[in-house]
Amino acid sequence: MDQIIVQILNGLDKGSAYALIALGLTLIFGTLGVVNFAHGALFMLGSFCAVIMSRILSASHEVAVPGETDFLGNPLTRDQPYVYDWFGEAAGATIVDWAVPISILFAIPVMIGVGFIMERGLIKHFYKRPHADQILVTFALAIVLQEVVKYFFGANPIQTPAPDAFAGSLDFGAWLGFEPRTIMYPYWRLVYFLFAGVIIAAVFGFLQFTTFGMVVRAGMADRETVGMLGIDIDKRFTFMFGLAAAVAGLAGVMYAPIVAPNYHMGMDFLVLSFVVVVVGGMGSLPGAVAAGFLLGILESFASMPWMVDKLPGINQIIIYLVAIVILLTRPRGLMGRKGVMED
Amino acid sequence: MSKSNFTRRGVLKTGAVAGAGLTLPTYLRAQDSGFTNAPTGDTVTLGFNVPQSGPYADEGADELRAYELAVEHLNGEGDGGMLNTFSSQALDGTGIMGKKVEYVTGDTQTKSDAARASARSMIEKDGAVMITGGSSSGVAVAVQALCQEAGIIFMAGLTHSNDTTGKDRKANGFRHFFNSYMSGAALAPVLASEYGTDRKAYHLTADYNWGYTTEEAVRSSTEAMGWETVNAVKTPLTQTDFSSYISPVLNSGADVLVLNHYGGNMVNSLTNAVQFGLREAEANGKNFEIVVPLYSRLMASGAGANVKGIYGSTNWHWSLQDEGSQAFVRSFGEKYGFPPSQAAHTCYVQTLLYADAVTRAGSFAPCAVGEALEGFEFDGLGNGPTLYRAEDHQCFKDVLVVRGKENPQSEFDLLEVVEVTPVDQVTYAPDHPQMGGADATLGTCNNGA
Repeated sequence: MDQIIVQILNGLDKGSAYALIALGLTLIFGTLGVVNFAHGALFMLGSFCAVIMSRILSASHEVAVPGETDFLGNPLTRDQPYVYDWFGEAAGATIVDWAVPISILFAIPVMIGVGFIMERGLIKHFYKRPHADQILVTFALAIVLQEVVKYFFGANPIQTPAPDAFAGSLDFGAWLGFEPRTIMYPYWRLVYFLFAGVIIAAVFGFLQFTTFGMVVRAGMADRETVGMLGIDIDKRFTFMFGLAAAVAGLAGVMYAPIVAPNYHMGMDFLVLSFVVVVVGGMGSLPGAVAAGFLLGILESFASMPWMVDKLPGINQIIIYLVAIVILLTRPRGLMGRKGVMED
Repeated sequence: MSKSNFTRRGVLKTGAVAGAGLTLPTYLRAQDSGFTNAPTGDTVTLGFNVPQSGPYADEGADELRAYELAVEHLNGEGDGGMLNTFSSQALDGTGIMGKKVEYVTGDTQTKSDAARASARSMIEKDGAVMITGGSSSGVAVAVQALCQEAGIIFMAGLTHSNDTTGKDRKANGFRHFFNSYMSGAALAPVLASEYGTDRKAYHLTADYNWGYTTEEAVRSSTEAMGWETVNAVKTPLTQTDFSSYISPVLNSGADVLVLNHYGGNMVNSLTNAVQFGLREAEANGKNFEIVVPLYSRLMASGAGANVKGIYGSTNWHWSLQDEGSQAFVRSFGEKYGFPPSQAAHTCYVQTLLYADAVTRAGSFAPCAVGEALEGFEFDGLGNGPTLYRAEDHQCFKDVLVVRGKENPQSEFDLLEVVEVTPVDQVTYAPDHPQMGGADATLGTCNNGA
């Protein structure tokens, strides 16, 4: 029983990341009709926002360490962050320590800007082109973005730790009445799950309870009619692209302490996120979220040692197997609507 | 009107012959020398085949820096580095046998196919007389086989799998870097003395060749010390989040987690293990421990503070105080501003060893170079007295057991050497079962052409 709970918990944070990426993908597909293969790269850029902010806050000047020498025998210097000089050592250390949560403030405008530039600069030219063209151009964009990141940050993963306050693990087992330390769950993963919940609720709330959201939903259902009512739906859809980019970026920022950011992480998530969108139902936001969590948890179960022992390789194919079964039984996915991508 | 002796057929014939001659790959034109890509002018070309893209691009960049430094030193530029400390003293800074060293580079992408294609291009188009480099055992085995067929010497870069000089050994291939068996043999006694002989280990192993040989080596060495292996789980190479693999470890009855992971796998699995509280955990009445059999400084910097106190092994470390290491660190540090990695060290040393072997053999012919390397004993290159064993072309030298440093002084000061394991303790028979047994042979050396 404890192992089942452990794997459900493990699936929740992975599912949260899938759900957030798939949510953005679905938003873009639902509004603009574009299959955005660069969406994983936006997730990766988000995690590098955390790296950049962490480096900005750690920007240092050299201070001599009397009596010690470096590896070449020269007088040793150590790096002292400027924030230590400005705010004192204790406050400076706290600011550096909280780099990842602080990055959220940095990532939101950056990612909306990136999304806006992507949409206005490139993707809008492909609205009337076939999906194959859109896939090719966005995939190429993803490769360009990851190579740019590799050029500036290298190929090795970059450790971006969570604040010390969230460094440990919650003894979930003791909390549920099991033996102590049988079910451990890192605090930061719990934070990630809750954060994902807040973002998903905010996006749904925005679409459901604001006039802007109502117009967007109307545009998703019937773009032509909304346009004929004199509403500039294109402008709103451009904003939605920026919003989707910000959601992917925020998913990436908060994921940085879970998996050390590297230039390839977007590609690792991209294919799985597309499966999530298809399983959830093309164009269905609740479907994307539900499928994200479902597939995240299933993937965790399939990675359990006894499962891999009995069915070697199951951990690598489980998501695709489930996708096949769901698409055979429900061709439009779990919550897909009639007429979406069926022309 | 002048009368020409040229006929249309004659011109076509001459043109075809001349064209064919010009387009023939360099190595075919050198056939009269008896070996592939014999240098004919006053230069010799070496081929540096390193990962310039893909997951090990940072290791590749450091390898390339080391190769450029080695070429400088061979050509008599810079401070000479390890040429001054190398016991052989056959190299005098005038290139190799008086020929100025030039080089071409290829990108392995850490993919066997790409690595073979770039090596083939350097051999056939650029006339490289030796291929060296790489940061993966899969690539090393593939390129080594290619060099064997082409009649080129292959001086392996960073490759740690037993197979490179075990079951897949080749007469034209040589490895300076240590291997999985040596890691296991060096680590096990240190682990036993630190953590005791009554331990239960849980292995997470990267699902590819290097992972298998490392798991096998560490298992057999630690089990010989009295440890029990409670489980060994293979993890996909592409895995980034290891939570599903880490969380069952706590309830498995194990009190040690061995991470047979390298590169990004290691950074993420170790980070996840620390996040799940394994370092603070207790099992079987003991502190839970984590072991990383193969460490590198570049990897350790990726894992950050998570490496503190964790044991592993490494081929070389810049903090070594011997004359050779100091000379190399000084040259490298002054040129690039930071200390070299173990990948850089092994690549630099391999280039010097090749140049030295050519000089001693008095020939670039692969079989003559191989003969000069086989059974060659040397010192002054950073690992103490070393033997290039003739039977499998593996270097035998002391192995470093390292531990993540508790209080690093700089971003490079991440590992501390806790023991230098003597070479006798890591030496094995050439037909050892982990090395392919009695069936493993070098084959015959190939001069190509």
